[in-house]
Amino acid sequence: MKRLLTLWFFTLFLCGGYCSAQEWPYFVTYAHDLEEPGNLEFEAKTTAGTPKYGNTFYGETVEFEYGAKAWWTTELYLSGQHTSNDSTVFNGFRWENRFRPLWREYFINPVLYVEYENVNLADRSFLEITGHQSVSDLRLSNAQGRSETERSLELKLILSSNAKGWNIAENFIAEKDLNEGEPWEFGYAVGVSRPLSMAARARACTFCRENFSAGAELYGGLGDLNGFGLTATSHYFGPTLAFNVPRGPTVTFSPNFGLNDNSMGVVYRFKLSYEIQQITSWFHSGAK
Amino acid sequence: MKIRMPKFSLALLTATILLASLSLADDSWKQHVAEADRARTNPVAGQADAIAAGGRLFEDHCAKCHGADALGRRNKPNLRTDEVQNAADGEIFWLLRNGSLRRGMPSWSALPEPSRWQIIAYVKSLGKKE
Repeated sequence: MKRLLTLWFFTLFLCGGYCSAQEWPYFVTYAHDLEEPGNLEFEAKTTAGTPKYGNTFYGETVEFEYGAKAWWTTELYLSGQHTSNDSTVFNGFRWENRFRPLWREYFINPVLYVEYENVNLADRSFLEITGHQSVSDLRLSNAQGRSETERSLELKLILSSNAKGWNIAENFIAEKDLNEGEPWEFGYAVGVSRPLSMAARARACTFCRENFSAGAELYGGLGDLNGFGLTATSHYFGPTLAFNVPRGPTVTFSPNFGLNDNSMGVVYRFKLSYEIQQITSWFHSGAK
Repeated sequence: MKIRMPKFSLALLTATILLASLSLADDSWKQHVAEADRARTNPVAGQADAIAAGGRLFEDHCAKCHGADALGRRNKPNLRTDEVQNAADGEIFWLLRNGSLRRGMPSWSALPEPSRWQIIAYVKSLGKKE
């Protein structure tokens, strides 16, 4: 945890002056806004929790998000975790692509999401919940979890609307394990958020309302092809708050509360993200 | 270990890429602006506070592509041309909302409307320079 804080403060220092990020305060839900083309966003997401009868864990996911086109964003995730009284392990990677099939802004805007995952069962990133995942999966020791690697294809239909400053986003998730004969698993995520101020102030300020956005997220599993529904699934809900540091990174925090016995009591989530604008221009000598 | 990708997944992946590539067939953005959108007026046009706030937003979100002086950078357009400076506020507002994905201009619908009007007030305050 100490190393993590050091990394965060180092990032804040490093970013002063040329990094910026402005985004919705979600951890699981995706809105339809893609990365601006040419920009590279770096995110460090931390998940901390203590499952009942299990050890406290800290999951860390590092994410590199690049705007390949205005309609296409591609991302690489690297995940690892530390479990108290156990060990620290690397969990694997994910490669994600999001496409906007429609060129304009509509009342509801779809985005198609395709992801390939190669992560082991010790993963604690909580990037989504699908199928019948439950708190009992989190009691596996790291040695047990890392002995099995899951390669899977994940598809999402992202529907999202921006209206009057609000964002409302709904994600429908389908995941298929590619190396076992398991059925398709399903999940969902829903998010609502809004900046605390709609207009900017004339003078620069740090802790004014325009730099904060708040909202809430609800996500969970929907069973699988053999048993679709809420039976034996886990669900979480939580408020979320993001602080866009002027000319700096965005810091987001959310406590997520488990909604049934299959869920953990509370999962604490932190995110630090910053955007390096037009990174390719760094490599052009003629760039101003 | 043999990895098998289901036919359904391949079909969905192909459809995804096909749909994404269709978005390359856009036309000039002004043709798409509806009259009702074009007729919208900037509620903060010419207001000093809005121009100052718009300048801050421009610096945060637009300057890296269009330049701090809005004269354009590399292949990103100059915003102080006749075409932009004479455009109706409603047209520019439409462009900020929708973007021009084919040309690399993202949608800024995530910015609240008042903030987008502030940016427009700022850009218009810069005047023409080519």
